[in-house]
Amino acid sequence: MKVLSLNFLTCAVKTCKTQSDSYPLHPKDAELVQDDIELNEAFLINLLPRIDWKALSTTATELGFPALPSTPPTPEDLRADAKTLRDLHNLLLETQMVEGKLVCASCGHEYAVREGIANFLLPSHLV
Amino acid sequence: MQYLIRFTQLHETFRLAEVKALAVLAGVDLKIISYSNESPFCLVEFPSDDAARAVIERSILAHSIYEHWGTAETLDDLHITIKRDTAHLWPLYVEPSFKLSIDSYRGSRSQKQKVALINSFSYLPFKGPILLSSPDNEFTLFEKWALEPVPEKKLSSPLEVHFGRLIAHSARDLISTFDLKKRDYISTTSMDSELALVTANIALAGPGKLFYDPFVGTGSFPVACAQFGSIVWGSDIDGRSMRGAGGKKSLLGNFRQYGLEKSLGGVFVSDLTNTPVRRARILDGILCDPPYGVREGLKVLGCRDPEKDVRSIERGKLMYRDPAFIPPKKPYSFLAMLDDILNFATDMLVDNGRLSFWMPTANDEDQEIAVPTHPCLEVVVVCTQVFNKWSRRLITYRRLPDSDVDLSALALRKKQEDEASGRSADDLNPFRRHYFRGFKSEQELLDTATLETNQLQI
Repeated sequence: MKVLSLNFLTCAVKTCKTQSDSYPLHPKDAELVQDDIELNEAFLINLLPRIDWKALSTTATELGFPALPSTPPTPEDLRADAKTLRDLHNLLLETQMVEGKLVCASCGHEYAVREGIANFLLPSHLV
Repeated sequence: MQYLIRFTQLHETFRLAEVKALAVLAGVDLKIISYSNESPFCLVEFPSDDAARAVIERSILAHSIYEHWGTAETLDDLHITIKRDTAHLWPLYVEPSFKLSIDSYRGSRSQKQKVALINSFSYLPFKGPILLSSPDNEFTLFEKWALEPVPEKKLSSPLEVHFGRLIAHSARDLISTFDLKKRDYISTTSMDSELALVTANIALAGPGKLFYDPFVGTGSFPVACAQFGSIVWGSDIDGRSMRGAGGKKSLLGNFRQYGLEKSLGGVFVSDLTNTPVRRARILDGILCDPPYGVREGLKVLGCRDPEKDVRSIERGKLMYRDPAFIPPKKPYSFLAMLDDILNFATDMLVDNGRLSFWMPTANDEDQEIAVPTHPCLEVVVVCTQVFNKWSRRLITYRRLPDSDVDLSALALRKKQEDEASGRSADDLNPFRRHYFRGFKSEQELLDTATLETNQLQI
């Protein structure tokens, strides 16, 4: 799954939904692969408002990417700055997590990721 | 300007829904002048050739679109109309190469008759070369014949004739590209390529949009959305359906087969009722074919009876971190699941984002399941595919901007949401119950039962 997906996923346990530390999930033992995808400026600009920037910064640091700026770039920034655009594209769309675990900081549940597919099924006592 | 759409005479109730959705997607005005479910010809108004092209080039249920030059009941009247209304257009087509063809709906013409028909247009001052393959302009004479299975009784002339200049062909060849017979990995419930593409069109899939299918299976819908440029996500409660046998025989394999793997955001194993998706208005569209409980079980996470299943709950507590642990699942109410889908869509869709899902229902009025509603979602269109005793509907909703939502209705709904009663799959799913009883009414079932008892006694 793309790193972008990690920005859209949180802990599946109902009691964690209200806990702020359940999001984002923290990658553990993550194995990453890089794809080569054509850059689509319009898509990234359209995507920007739907990204939780703070969570993305955390994920990027935890996956070993250089730290992101503290505030999200504006669409104008992105259009003007080819490097930021390129970096963001690489992080969100070209990087995939194929193996490892996603850990909830609130309940400690570890969701396994195998062959790029994360498993969010819960045992009966947690649903 | 008037244009003539040549539709396919199949999935009739989906045709206008698709074209209207594509007009919304392309941001062009569309006015329907005349349309009937019985006819493949539809007269519409578009502001320009480019607008008409933009809409039809994405269409699956249209064959093509033509600049409308005339419609009449007889060929002679058609010639009069063309001479009267289109003479000002003729100078444009004097020099370029051209071709004239004949399209007979429910009828056929011999080669000799075709030549005679084409020659009846000799008054058109076209001097350019006639090219049968890729001419600059293609003109078509359409005939609509009466439905008559006995050849001897066939009328001597068509009911209606149209004439037009070709503007654009549709995307119908995608149906064969995505044909399930040629797809590497399918299952019993994979959606037929034509309807999957139509669903993607009606849900406004387009470049750079984010689409999600919470019952992804083998990925029929995401593949169709990705073809139209969207980035797609999918999830399923059964991970095996996505993983398949691995390699070519998996959901990712299907994306690779069509060269669309770059548009796959990700797939994950989850249950819509206990979804891990962050609640935020980030999706442009949600489309799905939820399980009906007939061909596939309708289940969610949990124990059927928490009091009796103490052991399995205890085992879950001990074992759930084990990668081999398979969480127990329980049957779930079909109507509750539909509610879950609507609530999820309300939480996730951007303003004017669309939710399209397939829902089965009995054709018998007494057993029909009503179209589910939600104060935040406006029903855009309901399309129906009819089978013998049941049919399935494609229901499409639009997420209303919050300012347009009726707040009192929303508060009422929140209050009414309660647990569905019943524990067995049959109690929970009226469609499943009717399906396996052959859609018989309660009285018919009673009669059959009495008859069987009587026979036993004899």
